Amino acid sequence: MSADMNEILDSSKSDILPGEILISVSDLAKHYKSKAGEIRALDGITTDICKGEVLVIIGPSGSGKSTFLRSLNLLERPTGGTITFEGVDITSPSSDINKLRQKMGMVFQHFNLFPHLTIMDNMTLAPRKLLKMSKPDAEAKALELLKKVALEDRAYAYPSQLSGGQKQRIAIVRALCMSPDVLLFDEPTSALDPEMVGEVLDVMKDLAKSGMTMAVVTHEMGFAREVGTRVIFMDEGKIIEEGTPDEIFTNPKNERLQSFLAKVL
Amino acid sequence: MIASLTAKPVCLLPKWLSDLQDDFYLNFIKEDRYLYLLRGLWMTLKITFFAVILGIALGVIAAIVRSTHDKNISEMRPGLGRVLLKISNALVKLYLTVIRGTPVVVQLMITYYIIFASSTNQMLVAVLAFGINSGAYVAEIIRSGIMSIDNGQFEAGRSLGLNYIQTMTYIIIPQAFKNVLPALANEFIVLIKETSISGYVGIMDLTRGGDVIRSRTFSPFLPLFAVALIYLIIVVFFSKLVSILERRLRNSER
Ligand SMILES: Nc1ncnc2c1ncn2[C@@H]1O[C@H](COP(=O)(O)OP(=O)(O)OP(=O)(O)O)[C@@H](O)[C@H]1O
Ligand SMILES: [Mg+2]
Repeated sequence: MSADMNEILDSSKSDILPGEILISVSDLAKHYKSKAGEIRALDGITTDICKGEVLVIIGPSGSGKSTFLRSLNLLERPTGGTITFEGVDITSPSSDINKLRQKMGMVFQHFNLFPHLTIMDNMTLAPRKLLKMSKPDAEAKALELLKKVALEDRAYAYPSQLSGGQKQRIAIVRALCMSPDVLLFDEPTSALDPEMVGEVLDVMKDLAKSGMTMAVVTHEMGFAREVGTRVIFMDEGKIIEEGTPDEIFTNPKNERLQSFLAKVL
Repeated sequence: MIASLTAKPVCLLPKWLSDLQDDFYLNFIKEDRYLYLLRGLWMTLKITFFAVILGIALGVIAAIVRSTHDKNISEMRPGLGRVLLKISNALVKLYLTVIRGTPVVVQLMITYYIIFASSTNQMLVAVLAFGINSGAYVAEIIRSGIMSIDNGQFEAGRSLGLNYIQTMTYIIIPQAFKNVLPALANEFIVLIKETSISGYVGIMDLTRGGDVIRSRTFSPFLPLFAVALIYLIIVVFFSKLVSILERRLRNSER
Protein backbone atom coordinates (compact mmCIF):
# COMPACT_ATOMS: atom_id res chain seq x y z
CA MET A 1 0.00 0.00 0.00
CA SER A 2 2.70 2.49 0.85
CA ALA A 3 4.38 1.92 -2.49
CA ASP A 4 1.10 2.67 -4.25
CA MET A 5 0.63 5.81 -2.20
CA ASN A 6 4.03 6.94 -3.34
CA GLU A 7 3.12 6.46 -6.96
CA ILE A 8 -0.04 8.56 -6.74
CA LEU A 9 1.59 11.32 -4.77
CA ASP A 10 4.61 11.54 -7.03
CA SER A 11 6.19 14.50 -5.31
CA SER A 12 9.46 13.89 -7.13
CA LYS A 13 9.32 17.35 -8.73
CA SER A 14 11.23 18.86 -5.84
CA ASP A 15 15.01 18.45 -6.09
CA ILE A 16 15.38 17.83 -2.38
CA LEU A 17 16.45 14.28 -1.62
CA PRO A 18 15.26 12.27 1.37
CA GLY A 19 17.26 13.27 4.42
CA GLU A 20 18.06 16.74 3.14
CA ILE A 21 16.62 19.81 4.80
CA LEU A 22 13.12 20.73 3.57
CA ILE A 23 12.13 23.37 6.12
CA SER A 24 14.61 25.35 8.14
CA VAL A 25 13.28 27.34 11.10
CA SER A 26 15.54 29.89 12.70
CA ASP A 27 14.87 31.83 15.90
CA LEU A 28 11.14 31.90 15.21
CA ALA A 29 9.10 34.18 17.48
CA LYS A 30 5.44 35.08 17.79
CA HIS A 31 4.56 37.65 20.39
CA TYR A 32 1.04 38.81 21.16
CA LYS A 33 0.51 42.15 22.82
CA SER A 34 -2.10 42.09 25.53
CA LYS A 35 -3.12 44.37 28.38
CA ALA A 36 -1.34 42.14 30.84
CA GLY A 37 1.87 42.46 28.86
CA GLU A 38 3.43 40.45 26.09
CA ILE A 39 2.53 36.82 25.46
CA ARG A 40 5.39 34.90 23.94
CA ALA A 41 3.55 32.13 22.11
CA LEU A 42 6.81 31.29 20.33
CA ASP A 43 10.08 32.33 21.86
CA GLY A 44 13.04 31.53 19.66
CA ILE A 45 12.34 28.21 17.92
CA THR A 46 15.20 26.81 15.84
CA THR A 47 14.96 23.45 14.11
CA ASP A 48 15.19 21.77 10.72
CA ILE A 49 12.67 19.43 9.17
CA CYS A 50 14.22 16.99 6.71
CA LYS A 51 12.57 15.33 3.76
CA GLY A 52 10.92 12.05 4.73
CA GLU A 53 10.97 12.89 8.39
CA VAL A 54 7.99 12.49 10.71
CA LEU A 55 8.40 15.23 13.30
CA VAL A 56 6.11 14.91 16.30
CA ILE A 57 5.50 17.96 18.48
CA ILE A 58 4.30 17.39 22.02
CA GLY A 59 3.83 19.65 25.02
CA PRO A 60 1.29 20.92 27.53
CA SER A 61 -1.69 23.06 26.52
CA GLY A 62 -0.74 26.61 25.63
CA SER A 63 2.91 25.71 25.04
CA GLY A 64 2.80 27.04 21.46
CA LYS A 65 2.53 23.82 19.45
CA SER A 66 -0.30 25.04 17.24
CA THR A 67 1.28 28.45 16.82
CA PHE A 68 4.50 26.79 15.69
CA LEU A 69 2.79 24.49 13.21
CA ARG A 70 0.57 27.25 11.85
CA SER A 71 3.57 29.53 11.43
CA LEU A 72 5.11 27.02 9.04
CA ASN A 73 2.51 27.84 6.38
CA LEU A 74 2.03 31.39 7.66
CA LEU A 75 -1.51 30.92 8.90
CA GLU A 76 0.11 32.78 11.79
CA ARG A 77 2.50 35.56 10.86
CA PRO A 78 5.64 35.21 12.97
CA THR A 79 6.87 38.40 14.62
CA GLY A 80 10.49 37.37 14.39
CA GLY A 81 12.89 34.83 12.88
CA THR A 82 12.84 33.13 9.50
CA ILE A 83 11.37 30.03 7.89
CA THR A 84 13.06 28.67 4.79
CA PHE A 85 11.06 26.18 2.73
CA GLU A 86 12.74 24.45 -0.20
CA GLY A 87 15.38 27.15 -0.19
CA VAL A 88 12.94 30.08 -0.19
CA ASP A 89 12.60 32.45 2.76
CA ILE A 90 8.82 32.35 3.12
CA THR A 91 8.78 35.03 5.83
CA SER A 92 10.14 37.63 3.41
CA PRO A 93 7.46 40.03 2.12
CA SER A 94 8.28 39.17 -1.50
CA SER A 95 7.58 35.44 -1.18
CA ASP A 96 4.45 34.10 -2.87
CA ILE A 97 2.73 32.49 0.06
CA ASN A 98 -0.13 31.06 -1.99
CA LYS A 99 2.32 29.14 -4.19
CA LEU A 100 4.20 27.86 -1.14
CA ARG A 101 1.04 26.72 0.61
CA GLN A 102 0.24 24.51 -2.38
CA LYS A 103 3.28 22.47 -1.39
CA MET A 104 2.40 22.40 2.32
CA GLY A 105 -0.79 20.52 3.11
CA MET A 106 -2.54 21.06 6.41
CA VAL A 107 -4.91 18.86 8.39
CA PHE A 108 -6.94 20.49 11.16
CA GLN A 109 -8.36 19.22 14.41
CA HIS A 110 -11.90 19.97 13.25
CA PHE A 111 -11.40 18.66 9.68
CA ASN A 112 -12.70 21.86 8.08
CA LEU A 113 -14.23 20.11 5.10
CA PHE A 114 -16.32 22.42 2.93
CA PRO A 115 -19.91 21.51 3.88
CA HIS A 116 -21.48 22.92 0.70
CA LEU A 117 -19.38 20.72 -1.59
CA THR A 118 -19.39 16.98 -2.17
CA ILE A 119 -16.35 14.97 -1.11
CA MET A 120 -15.27 14.92 -4.74
CA ASP A 121 -15.54 18.70 -5.05
CA ASN A 122 -13.79 19.19 -1.73
CA MET A 123 -10.87 17.25 -3.15
CA THR A 124 -10.78 18.61 -6.68
CA LEU A 125 -11.43 22.31 -6.02
CA ALA A 126 -7.84 23.32 -5.32
CA PRO A 127 -6.17 21.12 -7.98
CA ARG A 128 -8.54 22.42 -10.63
CA LYS A 129 -8.29 26.08 -9.67
CA LEU A 130 -4.60 26.17 -8.80
CA LEU A 131 -2.88 23.39 -10.73
CA LYS A 132 -5.24 23.88 -13.69
CA MET A 133 -5.94 20.16 -13.75
CA SER A 134 -8.79 19.10 -16.01
CA LYS A 135 -11.91 17.88 -14.27
CA PRO A 136 -11.47 14.23 -15.35
CA ASP A 137 -7.81 14.22 -14.32
CA ALA A 138 -8.51 15.77 -10.95
CA GLU A 139 -11.39 13.38 -10.33
CA ALA A 140 -9.36 10.37 -11.36
CA LYS A 141 -6.64 11.32 -8.93
CA ALA A 142 -9.16 12.02 -6.17
CA LEU A 143 -10.78 8.63 -6.75
CA GLU A 144 -7.40 6.86 -6.52
CA LEU A 145 -6.73 8.56 -3.21
CA LEU A 146 -10.24 7.81 -1.95
CA LYS A 147 -9.60 4.13 -2.67
CA LYS A 148 -6.50 4.28 -0.49
CA VAL A 149 -8.62 5.37 2.46
CA ALA A 150 -11.47 3.01 1.51
CA LEU A 151 -13.97 5.81 0.96
CA GLU A 152 -14.41 5.69 -2.81
CA ASP A 153 -18.10 4.85 -2.35
CA ARG A 154 -18.62 8.17 -0.56
CA ALA A 155 -17.21 10.34 -3.35
CA TYR A 156 -20.51 12.08 -4.02
CA ALA A 157 -21.67 12.33 -0.42
CA TYR A 158 -21.61 15.59 1.51
CA PRO A 159 -19.37 16.01 4.57
CA SER A 160 -22.37 16.06 6.93
CA GLN A 161 -23.14 12.49 5.87
CA LEU A 162 -19.78 11.17 7.13
CA SER A 163 -18.51 10.13 10.55
CA GLY A 164 -15.72 12.09 12.22
CA GLY A 165 -13.10 9.50 11.32
CA GLN A 166 -14.26 9.48 7.71
CA LYS A 167 -14.17 13.27 7.59
CA GLN A 168 -10.62 13.37 8.82
CA ARG A 169 -9.51 10.72 6.30
CA ILE A 170 -11.10 12.88 3.60
CA ALA A 171 -9.34 15.96 4.96
CA ILE A 172 -6.02 14.11 4.64
CA VAL A 173 -6.59 12.99 1.07
CA ARG A 174 -7.93 16.43 0.17
CA ALA A 175 -4.55 17.84 1.19
CA LEU A 176 -2.81 15.04 -0.75
CA CYS A 177 -4.64 15.99 -3.95
CA MET A 178 -2.27 18.96 -4.24
CA SER A 179 0.76 16.60 -4.09
CA PRO A 180 2.31 18.54 -1.23
CA ASP A 181 5.94 18.10 -0.18
CA VAL A 182 5.03 18.24 3.50
CA LEU A 183 1.89 17.69 5.52
CA LEU A 184 1.15 19.57 8.76
CA PHE A 185 -1.23 17.97 11.26
CA ASP A 186 -2.64 19.91 14.22
CA GLU A 187 -4.10 17.38 16.67
CA PRO A 188 -5.81 15.41 13.89
CA THR A 189 -7.43 12.91 16.25
CA SER A 190 -8.34 15.12 19.21
CA ALA A 191 -11.88 15.82 18.04
CA LEU A 192 -12.64 12.17 17.28
CA ASP A 193 -14.55 9.59 19.25
CA PRO A 194 -12.03 7.07 20.61
CA GLU A 195 -13.15 4.27 18.30
CA MET A 196 -12.33 6.40 15.25
CA VAL A 197 -8.83 7.44 16.23
CA GLY A 198 -7.29 4.25 14.92
CA GLU A 199 -8.54 4.57 11.35
CA VAL A 200 -7.04 8.06 11.04
CA LEU A 201 -3.73 7.08 12.61
CA ASP A 202 -3.54 4.12 10.22
CA VAL A 203 -3.77 6.46 7.24
CA MET A 204 -1.06 8.65 8.75
CA LYS A 205 1.16 5.62 9.31
CA ASP A 206 0.77 4.58 5.68
CA LEU A 207 1.67 8.08 4.62
CA ALA A 208 4.77 8.05 6.80
CA LYS A 209 5.82 4.74 5.31
CA SER A 210 5.42 6.13 1.82
CA GLY A 211 8.07 8.71 2.66
CA MET A 212 5.82 11.74 3.16
CA THR A 213 7.40 14.48 5.24
CA MET A 214 5.11 15.20 8.17
CA ALA A 215 4.96 17.53 11.15
CA VAL A 216 2.40 16.32 13.66
CA VAL A 217 1.11 17.97 16.82
CA THR A 218 -0.52 15.18 18.81
CA HIS A 219 -1.35 13.79 22.21
CA GLU A 220 -1.17 10.23 20.82
CA MET A 221 2.07 9.15 22.44
CA GLY A 222 1.75 5.66 20.95
CA PHE A 223 1.78 7.16 17.47
CA ALA A 224 4.69 9.47 18.35
CA ARG A 225 6.70 6.52 19.55
CA GLU A 226 5.89 4.16 16.72
CA VAL A 227 5.85 6.48 13.71
CA GLY A 228 7.81 9.56 14.72
CA THR A 229 11.40 9.86 13.56
CA ARG A 230 12.00 12.80 15.88
CA VAL A 231 10.07 14.29 18.79
CA ILE A 232 10.10 17.90 19.97
CA PHE A 233 8.88 18.75 23.45
CA MET A 234 7.72 22.37 23.75
CA ASP A 235 6.86 24.47 26.75
CA GLU A 236 6.25 28.22 27.07
CA GLY A 237 7.05 28.84 23.42
CA LYS A 238 10.43 27.12 23.51
CA ILE A 239 11.81 23.74 22.48
CA ILE A 240 12.75 22.22 25.82
CA GLU A 241 13.97 18.86 24.57
CA GLU A 242 14.27 17.15 21.24
CA GLY A 243 15.37 13.71 20.15
CA THR A 244 14.37 10.33 18.79
CA PRO A 245 11.20 8.84 20.26
CA ASP A 246 13.39 6.48 22.24
CA GLU A 247 15.41 9.29 23.78
CA ILE A 248 12.31 11.31 24.61
CA PHE A 249 10.10 8.56 25.98
CA THR A 250 12.49 6.15 27.66
CA ASN A 251 15.20 8.55 28.66
CA PRO A 252 13.76 12.06 29.19
CA LYS A 253 16.33 14.43 30.67
CA ASN A 254 14.42 17.65 31.36
CA GLU A 255 12.22 17.50 34.42
CA ARG A 256 9.36 19.39 32.79
CA LEU A 257 9.30 16.70 30.11
CA GLN A 258 9.43 14.03 32.77
CA SER A 259 6.46 15.44 34.63
CA PHE A 260 4.57 15.96 31.33
CA LEU A 261 5.16 12.33 30.35
CA ALA A 262 4.16 11.15 33.80
CA LYS A 263 0.81 12.87 33.25
CA VAL A 264 0.08 11.70 29.70
CA LEU A 265 1.51 8.17 29.63
CA MET B 1 -94.61 37.03 -14.30
CA ILE B 2 -91.77 35.08 -15.78
CA ALA B 3 -91.37 37.69 -18.47
CA SER B 4 -91.00 40.51 -15.97
CA LEU B 5 -88.37 38.48 -14.03
CA THR B 6 -86.16 38.03 -17.02
CA ALA B 7 -86.67 41.58 -18.17
CA LYS B 8 -85.41 43.20 -14.96
CA PRO B 9 -83.26 40.71 -13.08
CA VAL B 10 -81.19 43.45 -11.48
CA CYS B 11 -84.15 44.48 -9.41
CA LEU B 12 -83.85 41.26 -7.44
CA LEU B 13 -80.34 42.06 -6.23
CA PRO B 14 -80.06 44.01 -2.98
CA LYS B 15 -79.27 47.65 -3.49
CA TRP B 16 -75.72 47.53 -2.08
CA LEU B 17 -74.81 44.63 -4.32
CA SER B 18 -76.06 46.28 -7.43
CA ASP B 19 -74.22 49.43 -6.43
CA LEU B 20 -71.08 47.37 -6.06
CA GLN B 21 -71.66 45.85 -9.44
CA ASP B 22 -72.00 49.28 -10.98
CA ASP B 23 -68.92 50.44 -9.14
CA PHE B 24 -67.00 47.41 -10.35
CA TYR B 25 -68.04 48.07 -13.90
CA LEU B 26 -67.12 51.73 -13.63
CA ASN B 27 -63.69 51.16 -12.09
CA PHE B 28 -62.44 48.08 -13.87
CA ILE B 29 -64.44 47.23 -16.97
CA LYS B 30 -65.34 50.56 -18.48
CA GLU B 31 -62.67 51.81 -20.89
CA ASP B 32 -60.62 48.74 -19.96
CA ARG B 33 -59.55 50.41 -16.73
CA TYR B 34 -58.37 47.09 -15.25
CA LEU B 35 -55.42 47.49 -17.57
CA TYR B 36 -54.05 50.23 -15.29
CA LEU B 37 -53.76 47.63 -12.54
CA LEU B 38 -52.40 44.90 -14.79
CA ARG B 39 -49.76 47.08 -16.43
CA GLY B 40 -48.95 48.66 -13.07
CA LEU B 41 -48.45 45.24 -11.50
CA TRP B 42 -46.15 44.24 -14.33
CA MET B 43 -44.13 47.44 -13.83
CA THR B 44 -43.94 46.88 -10.05
CA LEU B 45 -42.66 43.32 -10.57
CA LYS B 46 -40.12 44.41 -13.19
CA ILE B 47 -38.73 47.22 -11.03
CA THR B 48 -38.56 44.96 -7.99
CA PHE B 49 -36.89 42.11 -9.86
CA PHE B 50 -34.11 44.18 -11.40
CA ALA B 51 -33.64 46.27 -8.24
CA VAL B 52 -33.15 43.07 -6.24
CA ILE B 53 -30.49 41.87 -8.65
CA LEU B 54 -28.70 45.20 -8.53
CA GLY B 55 -29.12 45.29 -4.74
CA ILE B 56 -27.58 41.85 -4.31
CA ALA B 57 -24.64 42.73 -6.58
CA LEU B 58 -23.96 45.97 -4.69
CA GLY B 59 -24.60 44.31 -1.34
CA VAL B 60 -22.16 41.48 -1.99
CA ILE B 61 -19.43 43.91 -3.06
CA ALA B 62 -20.04 46.19 -0.08
CA ALA B 63 -20.09 43.23 2.32
CA ILE B 64 -16.85 41.82 0.91
CA VAL B 65 -15.10 45.18 1.20
CA ARG B 66 -16.30 45.65 4.78
CA SER B 67 -15.42 42.18 6.01
CA THR B 68 -12.08 42.10 4.14
CA HIS B 69 -11.19 45.37 5.80
CA ASP B 70 -12.22 44.30 9.27
CA LYS B 71 -10.52 40.94 8.99
CA ASN B 72 -7.22 41.92 7.43
CA ILE B 73 -6.38 45.56 7.97
CA SER B 74 -4.58 45.05 11.26
CA GLU B 75 -2.26 42.44 9.74
CA MET B 76 -1.64 44.11 6.38
CA ARG B 77 1.76 45.49 5.54
CA PRO B 78 1.87 49.16 4.54
CA GLY B 79 1.52 49.62 0.80
CA LEU B 80 -0.83 50.40 -2.04
CA GLY B 81 -3.15 47.47 -1.27
CA ARG B 82 -3.68 48.67 2.27
CA VAL B 83 -4.39 52.23 1.15
CA LEU B 84 -6.87 51.06 -1.50
CA LEU B 85 -8.64 48.86 1.00
CA LYS B 86 -8.91 51.74 3.47
CA ILE B 87 -10.31 54.05 0.81
CA SER B 88 -12.86 51.52 -0.47
CA ASN B 89 -13.92 50.73 3.07
CA ALA B 90 -14.46 54.41 3.79
CA LEU B 91 -16.50 54.79 0.58
CA VAL B 92 -18.65 51.77 1.41
CA LYS B 93 -19.24 53.08 4.93
CA LEU B 94 -20.31 56.42 3.49
CA TYR B 95 -22.69 54.65 1.09
CA LEU B 96 -24.24 52.62 3.88
CA THR B 97 -24.63 55.63 6.16
CA VAL B 98 -26.18 57.92 3.55
CA ILE B 99 -28.58 55.33 2.14
CA ARG B 100 -29.76 54.10 5.50
CA GLY B 101 -29.96 57.58 6.94
CA THR B 102 -32.30 59.09 4.34
CA PRO B 103 -35.85 58.19 3.23
CA VAL B 104 -36.04 56.08 0.11
CA VAL B 105 -38.61 58.40 -1.45
CA VAL B 106 -36.13 61.29 -1.20
CA GLN B 107 -33.45 59.07 -2.78
CA LEU B 108 -35.85 58.23 -5.59
CA MET B 109 -36.62 61.88 -6.27
CA ILE B 110 -32.97 62.90 -6.16
CA THR B 111 -32.13 60.12 -8.60
CA TYR B 112 -34.95 61.13 -10.93
CA TYR B 113 -34.90 64.93 -10.82
CA ILE B 114 -31.17 65.56 -10.26
CA ILE B 115 -28.89 62.67 -11.15
CA PHE B 116 -30.85 61.42 -14.16
CA ALA B 117 -32.66 64.64 -14.94
CA SER B 118 -32.06 64.15 -18.66
CA SER B 119 -33.08 60.49 -18.80
CA THR B 120 -36.47 59.55 -20.17
CA ASN B 121 -36.25 55.94 -19.05
CA GLN B 122 -38.26 56.08 -15.84
CA MET B 123 -38.02 52.39 -15.15
CA LEU B 124 -34.24 52.48 -15.30
CA VAL B 125 -34.19 55.35 -12.82
CA ALA B 126 -36.45 53.45 -10.45
CA VAL B 127 -34.38 50.27 -10.74
CA LEU B 128 -31.24 52.22 -9.95
CA ALA B 129 -32.76 54.10 -7.01
CA PHE B 130 -34.33 51.02 -5.43
CA GLY B 131 -31.34 48.80 -6.26
CA ILE B 132 -28.88 51.21 -4.67
CA ASN B 133 -31.14 51.52 -1.66
CA SER B 134 -31.63 47.78 -1.30
CA GLY B 135 -27.87 47.16 -1.68
CA ALA B 136 -27.21 48.95 1.60
CA TYR B 137 -29.51 46.58 3.46
CA VAL B 138 -28.38 43.49 1.55
CA ALA B 139 -24.78 44.39 2.47
CA GLU B 140 -25.55 44.00 6.14
CA ILE B 141 -27.38 40.71 5.52
CA ILE B 142 -24.46 39.27 3.53
CA ARG B 143 -21.93 40.58 6.01
CA SER B 144 -23.67 38.79 8.85
CA GLY B 145 -23.64 35.69 6.66
CA ILE B 146 -19.90 35.97 6.08
CA MET B 147 -19.27 36.50 9.79
CA SER B 148 -21.29 33.40 10.61
CA ILE B 149 -18.88 31.14 8.69
CA ASP B 150 -16.36 29.39 10.91
CA ASN B 151 -12.84 30.75 10.48
CA GLY B 152 -11.65 27.18 9.98
CA GLN B 153 -13.31 27.24 6.53
CA PHE B 154 -11.23 30.22 5.61
CA GLU B 155 -8.03 28.65 6.93
CA ALA B 156 -8.73 25.40 5.12
CA GLY B 157 -9.09 27.29 1.85
CA ARG B 158 -5.95 29.32 2.37
CA SER B 159 -3.94 26.29 3.49
CA LEU B 160 -4.71 24.61 0.16
CA GLY B 161 -3.10 27.58 -1.59
CA LEU B 162 -6.26 29.42 -2.62
CA ASN B 163 -5.78 33.17 -2.38
CA TYR B 164 -8.07 35.47 -0.45
CA ILE B 165 -10.43 36.15 -3.35
CA GLN B 166 -10.62 32.50 -4.43
CA THR B 167 -11.35 31.43 -0.86
CA MET B 168 -14.10 34.02 -0.64
CA THR B 169 -15.54 33.09 -4.04
CA TYR B 170 -15.56 29.31 -3.80
CA ILE B 171 -15.84 28.67 -0.07
CA ILE B 172 -17.07 31.55 2.06
CA ILE B 173 -19.61 33.40 -0.11
CA PRO B 174 -21.55 30.30 -1.26
CA GLN B 175 -22.00 29.20 2.35
CA ALA B 176 -22.79 32.71 3.56
CA PHE B 177 -25.29 33.13 0.76
CA LYS B 178 -27.04 29.90 1.64
CA ASN B 179 -27.26 30.94 5.29
CA VAL B 180 -28.89 34.28 4.48
CA LEU B 181 -31.10 33.20 1.58
CA PRO B 182 -34.30 33.54 3.64
CA ALA B 183 -33.26 37.01 4.79
CA LEU B 184 -32.54 37.99 1.18
CA ALA B 185 -35.92 36.70 0.07
CA ASN B 186 -37.50 38.83 2.79
CA GLU B 187 -35.64 41.83 1.44
CA PHE B 188 -37.30 41.10 -1.92
CA ILE B 189 -40.72 41.09 -0.23
CA VAL B 190 -39.99 44.39 1.51
CA LEU B 191 -38.87 45.89 -1.78
CA ILE B 192 -42.11 44.95 -3.56
CA LYS B 193 -43.98 47.14 -1.11
CA GLU B 194 -41.34 49.85 -1.11
CA THR B 195 -41.64 50.39 -4.88
CA SER B 196 -45.18 51.68 -4.27
CA ILE B 197 -43.68 55.16 -4.01
CA SER B 198 -42.65 55.03 -7.68
CA GLY B 199 -45.61 57.24 -8.52
CA TYR B 200 -43.76 60.17 -6.97
CA VAL B 201 -41.67 60.39 -10.11
CA GLY B 202 -44.51 59.59 -12.49
CA ILE B 203 -43.95 55.87 -12.90
CA MET B 204 -47.09 53.86 -13.61
CA ASP B 205 -46.64 51.12 -11.04
CA LEU B 206 -49.42 49.18 -9.35
CA THR B 207 -50.20 51.82 -6.72
CA ARG B 208 -50.21 54.60 -9.27
CA GLY B 209 -52.41 52.53 -11.54
CA GLY B 210 -55.06 52.28 -8.83
CA ASP B 211 -54.73 55.95 -8.10
CA VAL B 212 -55.24 56.86 -11.74
CA ILE B 213 -58.47 54.87 -11.82
CA ARG B 214 -59.60 56.65 -8.66
CA SER B 215 -58.94 60.04 -10.19
CA ARG B 216 -60.94 59.15 -13.31
CA THR B 217 -63.94 57.60 -11.56
CA PHE B 218 -63.98 59.62 -8.33
CA SER B 219 -64.69 56.33 -6.61
CA PRO B 220 -61.74 55.43 -4.38
CA PHE B 221 -63.08 52.36 -2.63
CA LEU B 222 -62.67 49.58 -5.18
CA PRO B 223 -59.47 50.64 -6.95
CA LEU B 224 -57.52 51.20 -3.72
CA PHE B 225 -58.73 48.01 -2.09
CA ALA B 226 -57.93 46.13 -5.28
CA VAL B 227 -54.39 47.50 -5.14
CA ALA B 228 -54.04 46.54 -1.48
CA LEU B 229 -55.37 43.06 -2.18
CA ILE B 230 -52.91 42.48 -5.03
CA TYR B 231 -49.94 43.48 -2.83
CA LEU B 232 -51.24 41.26 -0.06
CA ILE B 233 -51.59 38.26 -2.34
CA ILE B 234 -48.06 38.70 -3.73
CA VAL B 235 -46.52 39.19 -0.29
CA VAL B 236 -48.33 36.22 1.23
CA PHE B 237 -47.35 34.08 -1.75
CA PHE B 238 -43.65 34.98 -1.54
CA SER B 239 -43.63 34.67 2.26
CA LYS B 240 -44.94 31.15 1.85
CA LEU B 241 -42.15 30.43 -0.64
CA VAL B 242 -39.59 31.79 1.84
CA SER B 243 -40.80 29.56 4.64
CA ILE B 244 -40.70 26.54 2.33
CA LEU B 245 -37.16 27.57 1.38
CA GLU B 246 -36.18 27.93 5.03
CA ARG B 247 -37.48 24.48 5.82
CA ARG B 248 -35.63 23.00 2.85
CA LEU B 249 -32.38 24.64 3.89
CA ARG B 250 -32.73 23.48 7.45
CA ASN B 251 -33.36 19.91 6.30
CA SER B 252 -30.37 19.91 3.98
CA GLU B 253 -28.06 20.56 6.89
CA ARG B 254 -27.43 17.21 8.56
N1 LIG C 1 -4.67 35.48 19.09
C1 LIG C 1 -4.00 35.33 20.25
N2 LIG C 1 -3.88 36.39 21.09
C2 LIG C 1 -3.23 36.26 22.25
N3 LIG C 1 -2.64 35.14 22.67
C3 LIG C 1 -2.73 34.05 21.89
C4 LIG C 1 -3.41 34.09 20.63
N4 LIG C 1 -3.34 32.87 20.06
C5 LIG C 1 -2.62 32.10 20.93
N5 LIG C 1 -2.26 32.80 22.01
C6 LIG C 1 -1.48 32.30 23.16
O1 LIG C 1 -0.32 31.69 22.66
C7 LIG C 1 0.02 30.57 23.46
C8 LIG C 1 0.25 29.35 22.59
O2 LIG C 1 -0.98 28.92 22.05
P1 LIG C 1 -1.10 27.61 21.15
O3 LIG C 1 -2.49 27.55 20.65
O4 LIG C 1 -0.02 27.61 20.15
O5 LIG C 1 -0.86 26.46 22.19
P2 LIG C 1 -0.96 24.88 21.98
O6 LIG C 1 0.33 24.30 22.44
O7 LIG C 1 -1.38 24.56 20.62
O8 LIG C 1 -2.08 24.48 23.02
P3 LIG C 1 -3.22 23.34 22.91
O9 LIG C 1 -2.58 22.03 23.24
O10 LIG C 1 -4.21 23.74 23.96
O11 LIG C 1 -3.77 23.38 21.53
C9 LIG C 1 -1.08 30.40 24.48
O12 LIG C 1 -0.64 30.95 25.71
C10 LIG C 1 -2.20 31.21 23.92
O13 LIG C 1 -2.98 31.75 24.96
MG1 LIG D 1 -3.17 23.70 19.73
